Amino acid sequence: MSNTLKVPTMAEYLAEGKQPEVLFWVGCMGSFDDRAKKVTKAFVKLLHRANVDFAVLGTEESCTGDPAKRAGNEFLFQMQAVTNIEVLNAYEIKKIVTACPHCFNTIKNEYPGLGGSYQVMHHTQFLKSLLDEGRLTIEGGQFKGKRITFHDPCYLGRGNDIYEAPRELIRKLDAELVEMKSCKSRGLCCGAGGAQMFKDAEPGNKEINVARTEQAIDVKPEIIAAGCPFCNTMMTDGVKAKDKESEIAVMDIAELIANAQDL
Amino acid sequence: MNYIPNILFAIALIVGIGYFAKNVKKLIRNIKLGHDVDANDHKPQRWKNMAKIALGQSKMVKRPISGFLHVIVYLGFIIINIEVLEIIIDGLFAGILYEDHRVFLSILPQSVYGFLIASFEILATLVFVSVVVFWLRRNTLKIKRFWANEMTSWPKNDANYILYIEMVLMVLFLVMNATDLKFQAMNSGNVISQFIAPLFNGFSESTIHIIERGAWWLHILGILAFLNYLYFSKHLHILLAFPNTYFGRVEPQGEFDNLESVTNEVKMMMDPNIDPFAAQPENTEAPAKFGASDVQDLSWVQLLNAYTCTECGRCTSECPANQTGKKLSPRKIMMDTRDRLEEVGKNIDANGGTFKDDGKQLLNDYITKEELWACTTCNACVEACPVSIDPLSIIMEMRRYLVMEQSAAPLELNNMMTNVENNGAPWPYNQMDRLNWKNE
Repeated sequence: MSNTLKVPTMAEYLAEGKQPEVLFWVGCMGSFDDRAKKVTKAFVKLLHRANVDFAVLGTEESCTGDPAKRAGNEFLFQMQAVTNIEVLNAYEIKKIVTACPHCFNTIKNEYPGLGGSYQVMHHTQFLKSLLDEGRLTIEGGQFKGKRITFHDPCYLGRGNDIYEAPRELIRKLDAELVEMKSCKSRGLCCGAGGAQMFKDAEPGNKEINVARTEQAIDVKPEIIAAGCPFCNTMMTDGVKAKDKESEIAVMDIAELIANAQDL
Repeated sequence: MNYIPNILFAIALIVGIGYFAKNVKKLIRNIKLGHDVDANDHKPQRWKNMAKIALGQSKMVKRPISGFLHVIVYLGFIIINIEVLEIIIDGLFAGILYEDHRVFLSILPQSVYGFLIASFEILATLVFVSVVVFWLRRNTLKIKRFWANEMTSWPKNDANYILYIEMVLMVLFLVMNATDLKFQAMNSGNVISQFIAPLFNGFSESTIHIIERGAWWLHILGILAFLNYLYFSKHLHILLAFPNTYFGRVEPQGEFDNLESVTNEVKMMMDPNIDPFAAQPENTEAPAKFGASDVQDLSWVQLLNAYTCTECGRCTSECPANQTGKKLSPRKIMMDTRDRLEEVGKNIDANGGTFKDDGKQLLNDYITKEELWACTTCNACVEACPVSIDPLSIIMEMRRYLVMEQSAAPLELNNMMTNVENNGAPWPYNQMDRLNWKNE
């Protein structure tokens, strides 16, 4: 059975003289990380289901520079940014959607000052707009009545004040949305931001992802919903550290919606 | 005629306000040691922020108990100051331009004056109770954020001194009213002081008058002393919260500034028309220092942040690194920045107006690398601050210095950055494989 998905690239679109409705910025995690690739594919399936005319940059995409910038390497960040902006501007990109809040924040907020202004949406916002326009329907399916808690990604929530789009999507699944002790603007970080993903934590008495997972376990969810590939990894590891893999699944919102429809 | 009290009062006022003004000048000089940034854009948004966050206390009440108590003390502080205005006018002119104290009584109808004083007395009582609760929370309940590592003896004492001064000032205000026989006889507005007045029943009229004068003088001298204590304490937020919320961040919290000095260099590197071997033009400025290793490398807004911090510790209690036992405490970042800035300021004073290298800096001597590398840049500290302080921006400036000036990033981060540089991803995957997922 072939799993090949139809994923057009910008280069292919250009060759046909066409412009897609939206560019899907996949991001490094979404391209290379085994767990995050599943989210990427789930999102692509939803884009197809909603008949969205989209394309990716494919091999022309490169790291946005977010981890370099947060590590303090402004040089490397700006080199990455300027290179990416050249590619995006050459393709005359207007609208970008991404499933990574770090890519989202960087392109949306930090690229304009370097010559790259686009309409940028997080995939939960984009899915919500598809829903509102009637292009996508969401059914509860296997998630009907399940207890789901949403872990706010810092760069989506506090970073950009987006708290409702992901929650509305979860509610549309007819699931029971439960909130952790620290949520929304007071949400506790998963521990991966600011380039922490790529290094060991400083000495302390606990890992941040374990602390956050404990908060999630406290509200007894069946699923921890994520909206960020970094959070997804950290929460998955946290659930493993607490020996709860058999009871609690960590899933991206795109996966929840795609799986509910057996895509 | 006996003008001596008026003269003494005028001297106290001039000395009190004069010394405070001198320290305010020093404060402004120190803040201006920071480099310039434009914080005058988005004016309507800035005024809105100040009205909402400082004037409206919107972030304070996110924690309902301390927020509610703080609103009482804040309202009391502002409203009771109307009474201070009367005290100042009386102190300067009573006995010269008019006979009796309480000048507003001759301007306002007695019922209005009574209403005003009644509200001051009620507020003074509520402030007293709130301050006692604050003291209990700090010292008896030992709420964690007041007992963190950076809360060494001075910050702890400083906080308690402020509470004691506030208690004493409120008591003096009520005693002053309770022993003012004419005011008590009027029986309007003495809603609280009428219950204190019987305490002095056995005293002679002249003794009561002396107590009244004593309370009056101590009250106003106490206020002047408190005003001058501000500069030496953590308590400047009662004034600086307003400019600080005005000049605070208006961009989304996730947005970090793009360093302009880097942009210029990157543009040069990317421009095919630039001749890399061209002679440097004469009198070019020395290349900018990237990031911050000392307070002078920070912006004046960041230094204003440092003076505004009142060490409440909400940032630290929300910090994921701090919650999990790491050394990082955003409050300590702000306290260190302020303490170092004060040290630099004193150095400048001692050396005739110029800073003499003291072999110290903010990095390492105050803030360690371990603290800086523990940050997840999650913005919880920025979100938690009730007066729009941004500790994260200081952490980022210092990381920039470590990485770009000293190449002192942790090894794993250097690996990550090498990968980004060579193959456009933080891991050693080939950029040509970026779309392989679609066939897997």
